[in-house]
Amino acid sequence: MEDERTFSDICGGRLALQRRYYSPFCREFCLNCPRLSLRSLTAVTCTVWLAAYGLFTLWENSMILSAAISITLLGLLGYLHFVKIDQETLLIIDSLGIQMTSSYASGKESTTFIEMGKVKDVVINEAIYMQKVIYYLCILLKDPVEPHMISQVVPVFQVSTEHFPFSNEILYFSAYLLPLKFSRNVNIYCQSIGRYLTTNFSYFKSSPLR
Amino acid sequence: MVLKAFFPTCCASADSGLLVGRWVPEQSSAVVLAVVHFPFIPIQVKELLAQVQQASRVGMAVLGTWCHRQQEPEESLGHFLEGLGTIFSHEPWLQLCRERGSKFWSCKAIHRQVSAAPDVPSEDQVMLIFYDQRKVLLSQLHPPTVVSDHQDGDTMASTGGLAVVFDTVARSEVLFCSDQYDEGPVRLSHWQSEGVEASVLVELAKRASGPVCLLLACLLSLISAASGCRLWKLWPLPFIRSKLSTCEQLRHRLDHLTLVFSTQKAQSPAQLMRKANMLVSVLLDVALGLMLLSWLHSSNRIGQLADALVPVADHVAEELQHLLQWLMGAPAGLKMNRALDQVLGRFFLYHIHLWISYIHLMSPFIERILWHVGLSACLGLTVALSILSDIIALLTFHIYCFYVYGARLYCLKIYGLSSLWRLFRGKKWNVLRQRVDSCSYNLDQLFIGTLLFTILVFLLPTTALYYLVFTLLRLLVVTVQGLIHLLVDLVNTLPLYSLGLRLCRPYRLAAGVKFRVLEHEVGRPLRLLMQINPLPYSRVVHTYRLPSCGCHPKHSWGSLCRKLFFGELIYPWRQGGDKQD
Repeated sequence: MEDERTFSDICGGRLALQRRYYSPFCREFCLNCPRLSLRSLTAVTCTVWLAAYGLFTLWENSMILSAAISITLLGLLGYLHFVKIDQETLLIIDSLGIQMTSSYASGKESTTFIEMGKVKDVVINEAIYMQKVIYYLCILLKDPVEPHMISQVVPVFQVSTEHFPFSNEILYFSAYLLPLKFSRNVNIYCQSIGRYLTTNFSYFKSSPLR
Repeated sequence: MVLKAFFPTCCASADSGLLVGRWVPEQSSAVVLAVVHFPFIPIQVKELLAQVQQASRVGMAVLGTWCHRQQEPEESLGHFLEGLGTIFSHEPWLQLCRERGSKFWSCKAIHRQVSAAPDVPSEDQVMLIFYDQRKVLLSQLHPPTVVSDHQDGDTMASTGGLAVVFDTVARSEVLFCSDQYDEGPVRLSHWQSEGVEASVLVELAKRASGPVCLLLACLLSLISAASGCRLWKLWPLPFIRSKLSTCEQLRHRLDHLTLVFSTQKAQSPAQLMRKANMLVSVLLDVALGLMLLSWLHSSNRIGQLADALVPVADHVAEELQHLLQWLMGAPAGLKMNRALDQVLGRFFLYHIHLWISYIHLMSPFIERILWHVGLSACLGLTVALSILSDIIALLTFHIYCFYVYGARLYCLKIYGLSSLWRLFRGKKWNVLRQRVDSCSYNLDQLFIGTLLFTILVFLLPTTALYYLVFTLLRLLVVTVQGLIHLLVDLVNTLPLYSLGLRLCRPYRLAAGVKFRVLEHEVGRPLRLLMQINPLPYSRVVHTYRLPSCGCHPKHSWGSLCRKLFFGELIYPWRQGGDKQD
């Protein structure tokens, strides 16, 4: 069973959320991020090549032009392979765990699987982004040494959260998670935790599960 | 909880039979290891399971039945299989069946004992998870979870659910030893049932490694005994040994080789990887060294190098002389104290003159020396680079001397100035209390103190300038040496075997698992495919990097700047101080 809803992010791009229902204890949520826009690609390429041509007229060395071409190509390949995320998927399997997959524009997929035994709770956290307050869903992991302590906070959609901080939609989204028996309660934590997390907001992409 | 059945992909096309494996009650998961085919005698099956349990310390049991309806023409086999549940009682009893005419499976898990009406068995929801048995057997989870076990073979499964699956498969290797061509009492189906995997080269290497290791271990122990004998402890040999980075590198390599060729078997997979990494690192080092050697000795490069060396040294000395003449004049428009300037300048010029004479004295022998030193590249590229670093240190020895003179002079001046400044203000340093106290001086003391203070203050720019110039030169040489050491460190510590393993056999180093939902139909049990998620390259390097020489600068930037300001000498590599025997 499939379902699709579209949202718009703070930059104005279209985002699509698909949910698939496989069985009473297995669901999948797919979030499609906005694609690479031709406009920004053309702008960057033109800037780099104009700068290279300017340097070429100054120094009359054709190596500058070849260097500019190779820099553009390598930069684009690197961006598509390491930075640009196309789709993020969340697969929840009851009594097994939660799996988060990010697929990049070049086809690379990076998967993280969190076992159910390590999940302490699923919460909605606040963060202050620029001039507004955004909410995002994250998973709290248990500390292996101290069972009562929390070792990590893992935001569910890592990159997409940057693009679309949705406040009402998150409650709609988490409503799907509630019937699944693993989520005992969805807490809305107070601002003190939100403030702690905003200082680390930019590090979310690199922090978890390494 | 949903019952999870881990089923090996190799058994998906096997004939009907019994499912044999391990039941983990805490996670409600059944790990199927093999399928026992007909005909079998139940007593023999039970004996086999007891044997395997004793050898592997993993609780084995008959978990249920497997029915492949696409291959079996008769329907009566299904009823026969259901009757087997009474012979091998297991709670819950699994019944997996592959339907004829559809690619979907049917799974049932029957509980007989725990139910409201004892005649009606209750059923559970089952989730099928396929796994590749060979890959799960060979892979290692990172971080390694220690699964402790009790006496009867059951493990504490609360720590890490999937680690239990990996552990079970890894320990049950004895079950996979028999293949379908063996004339045993029980016919099994598992990943090796087509034939046990082995490689002739690997077996030969294993047989040969014993005597080879013994021989090399004896040789290496002889070498270490020779290098540790009393002769080397006569002064000044230990001093020279501590200063040369070549000796350090040779000792490091000797340690590595001793570990690799030791006759003890590796205790844990981490130790095995470390040994393999060291061996590959040494082999690569020697290969690169031999390449360098062949390049050096071809087309008389050594001669060219030796011919170029003396003019280069002359050129450097000439540049230094120009620099000193410039300092003795009016450098950058600053006005120096002429007398002190001339003294210092002439002193350093004389040193350079001595150095040049020394180089010219050595010039006939340089080619021979270089040729013999070039031979040492066959011991490895790292040794050659260390020798290069030492040659640079020897050739720039005069810069080091100038730096030491300038620094000592500057240091004395700074201490004198600080002490006299205190006198100027009427204070003094109390050594007993380690603080500044006020003090009443005599008139003569104050007079002389102020005079000396003024002299030192006016001589400060000259000394400071010489100190600055020679410190910069010294830092330049230290930077070049540091880059060479960085390269040596890279070759020493990079775990090439682990990186190669990650590239070619990514399932061996596992960071975790990933699941994929297979084709699904409503009403059918959920089928998942479990694959191994390989470790990222950065974590491979971080986990398996070899220990380095340990000659890294231990200062922070702040302490370095402080030392430079006060004129204290900087020792970039504290080799001698750390390893004194």
